[in-house]
Amino acid sequence: MIALDHITKRYDGRPVVDDLSLDIPAGEFCVLLGSSGCGKSTTLRMINRLVPADAGTIRVGGEDVTRLPPEALRRRIGYVIQSTGLFPHWNVADNIATVPRLLKWPAVRVDARVCELLELLRLDPAVYRGKYPHQLSGGEQQRVGVARALAADPELLLMDEPFAAVDPITRDALQGEIARIHHRTRKTIVFVTHDIEEALRLATKIAIMDQGRIAQLGTPIELLEHPANDFVGDFIGRQGLGFKLLSVRRVADRLRRGEGAPGEPLSPDATLRDALSAMTARRTDRLPVADADGNPLGSIALSDLVR
Amino acid sequence: MTAQAGPATRPPSLAVRVAVRNQVLLVLVIVAAAAAVTTGFLVVAPNRLISGRSIALWSAAGGGPTVAIGVLGALLLAASLSPPAKPLYCAVAVLASLLLLVVLATLGQASRSIAAGASPAARASPGAAFWIIATCAALAVIDALQRLGAGSLWRVMAVIAIGGGIVIMAMAGTFDTLSIAREYASRHQLFAEAVTRHMALVGGSVGPALLIGVPLGVAAIRTRRLQGPLFAVLNTLQTVPSIALFGLLIAPLSALVAAAPFFAGLGVGGIGPAPAIVALVLYALLPIVRNTVAGLAGVDHAVIEAARGMGLTGRQILWRIELPLALPVLLAGLRIVIVQTIGLAVVAALIGAGGLGTFVFEGLGQYALDLVLLGALPTIFMALAADFLLQTLAALLPGRAPG
Repeated sequence: MIALDHITKRYDGRPVVDDLSLDIPAGEFCVLLGSSGCGKSTTLRMINRLVPADAGTIRVGGEDVTRLPPEALRRRIGYVIQSTGLFPHWNVADNIATVPRLLKWPAVRVDARVCELLELLRLDPAVYRGKYPHQLSGGEQQRVGVARALAADPELLLMDEPFAAVDPITRDALQGEIARIHHRTRKTIVFVTHDIEEALRLATKIAIMDQGRIAQLGTPIELLEHPANDFVGDFIGRQGLGFKLLSVRRVADRLRRGEGAPGEPLSPDATLRDALSAMTARRTDRLPVADADGNPLGSIALSDLVR
Repeated sequence: MTAQAGPATRPPSLAVRVAVRNQVLLVLVIVAAAAAVTTGFLVVAPNRLISGRSIALWSAAGGGPTVAIGVLGALLLAASLSPPAKPLYCAVAVLASLLLLVVLATLGQASRSIAAGASPAARASPGAAFWIIATCAALAVIDALQRLGAGSLWRVMAVIAIGGGIVIMAMAGTFDTLSIAREYASRHQLFAEAVTRHMALVGGSVGPALLIGVPLGVAAIRTRRLQGPLFAVLNTLQTVPSIALFGLLIAPLSALVAAAPFFAGLGVGGIGPAPAIVALVLYALLPIVRNTVAGLAGVDHAVIEAARGMGLTGRQILWRIELPLALPVLLAGLRIVIVQTIGLAVVAALIGAGGLGTFVFEGLGQYALDLVLLGALPTIFMALAADFLLQTLAALLPGRAPG
């Protein structure tokens, strides 16, 4: 889907992105993770040409991005930024309709799409369509920001620290939404963050960046279990490593099928961390597991967590 | 002793406590009352060129009107001491508007009774007391509307009510015996032409200034290096005294016409409207460019970043995002420019541009102050009206987020 091939970007002669190569297959949720100044945002912004690359090629869907007019390219790519960037003089519906209107969709189709997206982001269209951005909470603004980015059904979504400015509870809810949307639409997402927990929760692939290069690329579990070097190990943090490992594994992976246990069942999609938390709180070493409809699937025991 | 002194031991006060609830209104009432007592309401002169003597309100207007003005003043005084409430502010707005109209009617009636017993050459003009009471009444109306939090609809209605009252009185001949009305009577044809010309000068300069200034402002925000030299030039222009600039333009424009007679056919010349408009445009540029730059600079960078990221072109960002968001600041600049240009256009009469300044300079030359007023009052009125209209327009812009 996206192929970065030996990309370099210099500011005042100093490379901020240094000969970076990265392939992101379609449907991947790729998180660029790193501390500020590591070049992760610059990398993201080179994909939709908000920042021109000094060297190397970037392909989106096989096409060299420099061969397309930048506006046409950007209309095919959803873009969400931290401060939402909603247009304050347009209401929610007009904001979401921005790209469809640029693409000259018929008004009926635009209207239907606005409703569909508001519902996808769990905002009641009847209530929210006509509101102006200043009438929304920070979390609602970012939901509209995500809806706006998805409006023209782009093949690719770029998100630049989208949830960094909202409170922890709202952030948790928004992370849940984007995970659900990714699961449902299977869009390719490139997501920039400096928050390790956020990366572990959302990513199918994490690229840890340092000084304009990729220090390690891998799944969350690979990064936690086999950090490639001291930098990655330090960045992920050896403290609480066990909890992080528990938080990237699912109950379904350790399920004892057919075995029962008393009590309120866990979902197979719950993380092992959730399972440990539930066991600790309920003072038990074994919990039942059931699917969303309540059909029992089996159980999980304390010893399964460390297997 | 002192240790025991507390609220419980203090004897209950029987005196009526007077608390000032509205200092602004109180000051206005006191100032107006002081002016009524100490200065003349009407100035009467044997003819239009000689300075006259002042006549106090009660001698000029007689008992009835004086009592009416006094009662309205007393009611407003009482209002300034009453606890704040919405109905009270409504009452103040109505009373003060009424006071303004009564003072105007009294002025007309007083001048008529003076004129009845005097020679036809005698002139009656408004005195200091009139101006001060009328100004205080107008300020009281504005203050009351502000305290009411009145929306633009109420402001428009207040202006229509007061303006309508004045127009009706004027049409009924209330002011006909005032000196300024007699100056007008002998020049009403010229007056209409002067007002039209004045408006044409203002429109003819503000329009081109917008067409030049807004693009200059956009260019300055796009190319920061341009800002220093641009503002240096515009600031310098602004400091050139208007009379000097009007004069300085005579030579180059005469030279232009001499070199290219084609321009003479367009009405361009060393004197007349052409140099006036050039000068007014130059003066208008600084506020327009400055407000364009300030308005565009005030647009949140994240909004522009998001617009670019979604694939709006530079032109679409300018027209759909930046200019609409900068519009409140642009309109504020336009207000400044229109009011400034209306005032400066008066001076343009010196180089033969016409307009209301003609009366001002003619009056100054003859030392006929009422003729000066005939030029100055409509200028002030025009500026206030333009300011009011633009303010109302800005308030009516749809769906605007505050800030």
